[in-house]
Amino acid sequence: MNVATLTIDAVAKRLAAKEITAVELAQEALRFAKQENPKTNAYLRFCDDRALAAASAVDAQLERGETLGPLAGVPIAVKDVIVTKGVRTTCGSKLLENYIPPYDATAIERIEAAGGVIIGKTNCDEFAMGSSNENSAYGPVRNPVALDRVPGGSSGGSGAVVAQGTAVVSLGSDTGGSIRQPASFCGVVGVTPTYGRVSRYGLVAFASSLDHIGPFARNVSDAATLLQVMAGRDPMDSTSASAPVPNYAASFGKPVKGMKIGLPKEYFQGLASDTADRINKGVALLEQMGCEVHEISMPYTGYAIATYYIIATAEASANLARFDGVRYTTRSAKSETLSGMYTNSRGEGFGAECKRRIMLGTYVLSSGYYDAYYLRAQRVRSLITKDFANAFQQVDALITPVSPFPAFKIGEKVNDPIQMYLSDIYTITGSLAGIPCMSVPCGVTGEGLPVGMQILTRHFGEETMFQLAQAFEQGGGFAV
Amino acid sequence: MKITEKEVRYVAGLANLSLSQEELLKFASDLDGILSHMDKLNEVDTTGVEPMAQVLFDAEETATLRDDVERTPLSNAVALANAAVSGAGYFKVPKVIER
Repeated sequence: MNVATLTIDAVAKRLAAKEITAVELAQEALRFAKQENPKTNAYLRFCDDRALAAASAVDAQLERGETLGPLAGVPIAVKDVIVTKGVRTTCGSKLLENYIPPYDATAIERIEAAGGVIIGKTNCDEFAMGSSNENSAYGPVRNPVALDRVPGGSSGGSGAVVAQGTAVVSLGSDTGGSIRQPASFCGVVGVTPTYGRVSRYGLVAFASSLDHIGPFARNVSDAATLLQVMAGRDPMDSTSASAPVPNYAASFGKPVKGMKIGLPKEYFQGLASDTADRINKGVALLEQMGCEVHEISMPYTGYAIATYYIIATAEASANLARFDGVRYTTRSAKSETLSGMYTNSRGEGFGAECKRRIMLGTYVLSSGYYDAYYLRAQRVRSLITKDFANAFQQVDALITPVSPFPAFKIGEKVNDPIQMYLSDIYTITGSLAGIPCMSVPCGVTGEGLPVGMQILTRHFGEETMFQLAQAFEQGGGFAV
Repeated sequence: MKITEKEVRYVAGLANLSLSQEELLKFASDLDGILSHMDKLNEVDTTGVEPMAQVLFDAEETATLRDDVERTPLSNAVALANAAVSGAGYFKVPKVIER
């Protein structure tokens, strides 16, 4: 059996037909993933015991003739910033190299309750800070599509495993594009749901007002199924939304004829020509399918990067204060005094990008600069969000590129933080507004590198987003 | 220069971060570049615009309330299991008399 091309539906069919047991599937998935992993470094570790226990539970359910959960037997990879009870969770950081969480994230509990089989933890930029997965303390991830290139970041490992076929679906986290950008670079589907749609309980915090958990998958239906399982109010996260969760699959197959699509002109400036070409072809396909395409303007788009890197780093500087050598992290040997223990443990443990962002965040929050940077950025965030509200009065969905360029070479941008930050230019706006957004594959460049098309809808507009994405997929859009 | 080496040293102190001399110089230059980019926000007229601290949508006022029921917390041993140094049921830190 080829696990590399499995989908959730295919797993369900094979289990129901007794072609394979969940334990056999988990064993084969683990064997294949371990065999392939040295090529990409996408997994940091595997959790065989946990996977086999979950798979045995599914087999026992089958034996008793019970109805299986929607993820029964599905091998799933989880980004290493999401805590897993008893399974080491490092956040890609040296500071947490020995951290074994005493609890599961809510998303993990829900996945296993639905029969999902978590097989391992994936590499990522340290504390999810980065756009290329080059900031991991455990080495960069290679893009399975082109091994000399980055998989994107920060959820680079989670994008890579789904592209490589070493997991059926995976979990990532997205603060400014960390699911959508790697999905686009690796040629898979990646979804950032509405802020609050999935509980953040157990997601190690980077920027609390921007952090999301979301799925990676090889098709739209699998992404929707995984989101469906995780979505919904959680008393453990007061920012999780209580809005009812619709049945996402019910939107599949509904005609998209007459759907109004907006192309914000600000997102089509400064694009690599190959990327622009693919996105234009994708839009043309949607038009052929009967969508009405309107060019619109979102005038505050150009301010998003500055706004994001003020707000996100300010929140990060506060959130990362907990890593101090006391409760979770490794402690510096140079710890004669309390303050020396703090500063040395943090100075030795954090990588360069985390330090840079902690410094920036501390600076913009410091006395005398708070109003000039942080408060101003929060006001501009309101304006960017209003841009979206205005847009969604005219159209049902927005289509944009995910990234201005395809996957770049490992090392290409590593010494230029501003260039690296600018690669998030099209994903950051949706994060600031907290609306659902996703990346779907939209053909490849002349060099064979995947291009991602971004679909954005209004708050809790996941049904519309999935409907459009699935129609695009069915219409051949992934290979346009 | 928007930010001097002295300021970088001050901010590193606020952040409880020890930095090497090399890192101080590198961050002075990096932060300078990044903050210059952020000055772009000064172009925006934000008069009368409310700051947005959180993504807000219509939720009932009691959305964040839950029943006050007892739940089992982490045990002392479990809570200490990841500590670098612990003993007698506590996190251990260096002696705190003066900074």
